[in-house]
Amino acid sequence: MSADSIYLDHAASTPLLPEAREAMARGFAIWANPSSPHRQGRAARAALEDARARLKAALNWQGEVVFTSGASEALALAITRCALPLAAVSAVEHEAVLRHRGDAAVLSVDGLGLVSPAACALGGLVAVQQVNNETGVMQPCAAIADAVRGAGGLYLCDAAQGAGKLFLPDADLIALSAHKFGGPVGIGALLVRDWAMLRPTGGQERGYRPGTENLPDALAMVTALEAGADWLARAVYLRDRLDQAISAAGGVSVAIDTARVPSIAAYRMPGRSAQVQLIRFDGMGIAVSAGSACSSGTLRTSHVLQAMGTEGADEVIRVSIGRETSEAEIDRFIAAWQEVAGVS
Amino acid sequence: MIYLDNQATTPLAPEALAAMMPWLSGPESMGFANPTSPHRPGRAAAAAIEVARDQVHALLPPGGRVIFTSGATEAISLGLLSVRQGAAAISAIEHSAVTAAALARGLDVQVIPVSGHGLVDPETVFAPGTGVVAVMQVNNEIGTIQPVDQLAQRAHEAGALFFCDAVAGAGKLDPPQGADMIALTAHKLYGPKGIGALWVRDGLEVPPLIHGGAQEGGSRPGTLSPALCAGFGAAAALAKARMDADFQHLQGLAAAARSILSRWTLNGSETMRWPGNLNLRLPGLDASRLMSDLRTVAFSLGSACGSGTGKPSHVISALGVPDREAKSSIRLGFGRYTTITDVEDACAKIEAAAKAQGV
Repeated sequence: MSADSIYLDHAASTPLLPEAREAMARGFAIWANPSSPHRQGRAARAALEDARARLKAALNWQGEVVFTSGASEALALAITRCALPLAAVSAVEHEAVLRHRGDAAVLSVDGLGLVSPAACALGGLVAVQQVNNETGVMQPCAAIADAVRGAGGLYLCDAAQGAGKLFLPDADLIALSAHKFGGPVGIGALLVRDWAMLRPTGGQERGYRPGTENLPDALAMVTALEAGADWLARAVYLRDRLDQAISAAGGVSVAIDTARVPSIAAYRMPGRSAQVQLIRFDGMGIAVSAGSACSSGTLRTSHVLQAMGTEGADEVIRVSIGRETSEAEIDRFIAAWQEVAGVS
Repeated sequence: MIYLDNQATTPLAPEALAAMMPWLSGPESMGFANPTSPHRPGRAAAAAIEVARDQVHALLPPGGRVIFTSGATEAISLGLLSVRQGAAAISAIEHSAVTAAALARGLDVQVIPVSGHGLVDPETVFAPGTGVVAVMQVNNEIGTIQPVDQLAQRAHEAGALFFCDAVAGAGKLDPPQGADMIALTAHKLYGPKGIGALWVRDGLEVPPLIHGGAQEGGSRPGTLSPALCAGFGAAAALAKARMDADFQHLQGLAAAARSILSRWTLNGSETMRWPGNLNLRLPGLDASRLMSDLRTVAFSLGSACGSGTGKPSHVISALGVPDREAKSSIRLGFGRYTTITDVEDACAKIEAAAKAQGV
């Protein structure tokens, strides 16, 4: 990280790991079309299938893998091609799920940000994310999976913020995105427990995703996954340090009593709008965000915080920690937060 | 190994790779940021995407906008979503992605025939009620250049939109004029895989294929890769600067190949063609066997996407070539980085292997 700036927006995008970049460079050298039957094409195909096998091993996933351009496409593929119609989505899903809602029911969350597993007992496709991208709240995926399957439904889990950090949820369809865990932007995957759960469209990826495959990015994504998540233990320490310091300075840590992924936290600064905070922090060279990057700039109140009934939702910013985030950076951020809040 | 399959994919231009690297950075710099983030590194990434968009747009007509996608297949599917009504008139030699997207969209498909030279008649009259006419700029299997400017006029006279798959022509020829939508992909013009674009004429609404965030004006949600965009942009800029030089280089290579393979018959028009493609047939040849015999030359028997099906190419069949002869056809694809020595060596090997088959 450059000396004068602090990047605390890893939930939007996190740095490409050096080993992932090296894998990508090796991928650029295998540039033939994996669908070509000549030797170079077959070599590209073999490398792609090797990447697929490594991805399954790294995630301990026994089902199928469809490479996509990212999580948005993976979610669109799951929802539009699933054998069952979409029955329900949680109120705190990413826009990439919510915009597909149509007539499906919305599953409310409680003040802790949690979906009730009992409400998920529906016979269609039920979409509940693993980790919320704005608050870090982790949903009770195992109980949700039991409820959905008990009712004869299928469970779609957006794991964009959990994959590469947590164990995979026990879902039937799982979406992930490489640039959230140290891989490149432009690639993701849909994990499918059984091909019978999706209707094929023809073309590449066993007929489930037409288009020439992006081998360099696939190799980089897998390599990033294989790097593991040892750093999360330190993230817990850093997040707790933030929680304590900001609470002590008059701030509020959103969902502090809920199980959260340690890489994402949301803080309210009473009396200061999120927009003002962002401008101040940006001027100090600190990158944080108000909610998700995808809807940023829209100045809308976060649908996630509204669904939770969070007080002062317009005064909340998201701080997200990455593999390289240091204690010194967190301390500098705390000092900056106090300055913006006028309590230093 | 000599690579003569530049229709399936092209090598990445060194200039494109160099343009990508700043956006493939790790923690040592801020090049990895999400281009939708409003903070400083996010804005820098967004600016890089806009530079790339201008570079890609320079290959396309004015009066439209460029929507980045994951490639041509997505661009085609996205473009055909904007067809609100009517049948789709699709040339008999379109890439399968176009026909598949039209069928998936639920459109009635009418096939526009081609001549024995692999050309659509520029005076084709489209029936009233046609919603979209889709004809590619350059055919990916036989290299014929279609009269797309005239066909766009014919489409508009019938009240239809004109969709042009310019995957094989973009960055190589001037863009089609009069199209309402143009699809292209980076990895056929020496850019990276995983990115393409849909050009849309101003005023034409494109509903999203993928739903989600507000990226690409809501037409194409999903975080864009600044690296892939920058690579595409640099490749586009290079292609534009080198368009004449590349064309002349390919003409020289094609002439050298034709002189060595003089007894082979050309599939498709002799004159209305892009010189990077040579699709040739030799009666009696077992093309599949030729391919397995020639382990040091990478060429193809048609489109990579349709390979392995064992069926004769729908493009060669559309020319009226009998199945048996269609299966005696090979596709050679030359590119910017193909040398005259490569072509001479490869063609000599092909000719020798054909003779060894007794044809």
